[in-house]
Amino acid sequence: MSVEVIKPGLLTSLQDAGRRGYAHLGLGRAGAVDEPSWRLANALVGNRGDEAALEITLAGPTLRFQQDAIVALTGALIEARVEGQPLPAWSTCFLPAGSVLRLGGMRHGCRSYLAVRGGFDGAQVLGSRSTDLHAGVGPLHGKSVQSGDVIAIGEHAPAPWFPHDRGVQALRWGLDPQPWLDYAREPLALMRGHHADALDDASQRALFTQRFMVSKDSNRTGNRLDGAPLRLRQPLELISEATLPGTLQLPPSGQPILLLAEAPVTGGYPRIGQLAAVDLPRLAQRRPGDTVSFRETTLDEALQRLGERDTSLRRLLQRIEQRLESA
Amino acid sequence: MTFPLADVQIEALAEDAWLLRFGDTIDADVNNRVHAAAARLRANLVNVECIPAYASLLLRFDVTHWLDDDGRFCAERLQHVIAAAWNASSSTETAAREVIIPVWYGGDAGADLPEVAAHARMSADEVVARHVAAIYRVAMLGFAPGFPYLLGLDPALAMPRRSNPRTSVPAGSVAIGGQQTGIYPQALPGGWQLIGRTPVRLFDLAAASPSLLQPGDHVRFRAIDQREYERLAALASASA
Repeated sequence: MSVEVIKPGLLTSLQDAGRRGYAHLGLGRAGAVDEPSWRLANALVGNRGDEAALEITLAGPTLRFQQDAIVALTGALIEARVEGQPLPAWSTCFLPAGSVLRLGGMRHGCRSYLAVRGGFDGAQVLGSRSTDLHAGVGPLHGKSVQSGDVIAIGEHAPAPWFPHDRGVQALRWGLDPQPWLDYAREPLALMRGHHADALDDASQRALFTQRFMVSKDSNRTGNRLDGAPLRLRQPLELISEATLPGTLQLPPSGQPILLLAEAPVTGGYPRIGQLAAVDLPRLAQRRPGDTVSFRETTLDEALQRLGERDTSLRRLLQRIEQRLESA
Repeated sequence: MTFPLADVQIEALAEDAWLLRFGDTIDADVNNRVHAAAARLRANLVNVECIPAYASLLLRFDVTHWLDDDGRFCAERLQHVIAAAWNASSSTETAAREVIIPVWYGGDAGADLPEVAAHARMSADEVVARHVAAIYRVAMLGFAPGFPYLLGLDPALAMPRRSNPRTSVPAGSVAIGGQQTGIYPQALPGGWQLIGRTPVRLFDLAAASPSLLQPGDHVRFRAIDQREYERLAALASASA
């Protein structure tokens, strides 16, 4: 049972929760940049939770399903049609064998997730089906999805949700994407980094007042932020140390880079901030041309918000499971 | 964000990560102690990733494993484990493993060997003799999977990076960048001075441990000729 890629879209890759335990060997985690959306997509198709989904960037692929499939789209709201019929996002949908799913653009946001019941069964590499595009490590030879790729769908129990009609259809309930999508352009919460004090006075103020713009040179490694350059009081001679997703680093150009899922494991640029983890998915949904601004937060507040987010995500995942069981 | 702990600076880098900083220079003694402490922390902490760099160590943990009954993060318990590991570690502890890496120096394999020799004011043979004489330590891996930053280069061989980095350096290239030497595990853009090439695969996804080198390993180089390089390269690709 598999899916054939007719058109790959702009940048589509297999992602799961990421590859853990290899950072000391120079290989980071990769994984879905908007992790809650990835989790919710899996939940909507009744997956266990760690299956790989397709992460779709800005413009989606065209896919032919060779067998009946149950799918769900989350993340940024993306145009989706099967034989001309629109497919609702954030819902559990049935596609009969032979369906061609055409995914188009997204008006807001940057990344959508397509999960399939059983999961996209690309080969596990070092315990994960995530693609590290930069290192070239992962299923599909560590590359993004290409035309002609055939991706297997994992084995799964049949679901009783669509017993009658064999046409394209969706369950009558879906999720409200509102809590998980950030179109409000709220400032993102940033903890001051180790080298924030080395910024000159104007740049220290600008960090929390300036509106940056996401550069078109952004990718899964990081979002480059354009704006009036941030300056250090004097150049710092730094030795490389660990970096993480969410690290805001400042190269000599003065245009900061906010690292995402494919953050290099070490770096030698000044670290001027660390984004609250709870705001990473919101950053990942900002597309080139979108604005980004920061408000200052503390580790305690960041931990508290992360705990609250995880609690509400866990409750929602349970509710989806119960609802699918009773459907 | 920072807590003092003897000579260790602990910075909460993120919700699930602490950076332990032991210095701010590239220093072999400090780096030795980093690896000694890393080994102890790996042995004593379950479910914690331990990522060494030159003078620092990143601990990345699952926050939910470190919450007390009231859901508060047990910072003091973690600090205690770190302090014990650091205090028990010394800069004279040696690595558990030594890896010997065969290198074809010069010729097509090391295009920059003549420039390195000229810069060091010695013959190419002398450069090679000094490069194989040293015992190196894997200070950290980074830049690309399996790329080792090696400390221990003979200071006479130090040379700045090329002003024009190459767009593609061949896999296996052994190179000098400043005070360090390193090995490119795969074809990559790079600005280090190329002095030779190894047929050994540094990063192999099919291997039980994907990286030939681990942080803290000792490394020595052994000079081989082009024929031996080709023989070993053929063996490596046959087993792949």
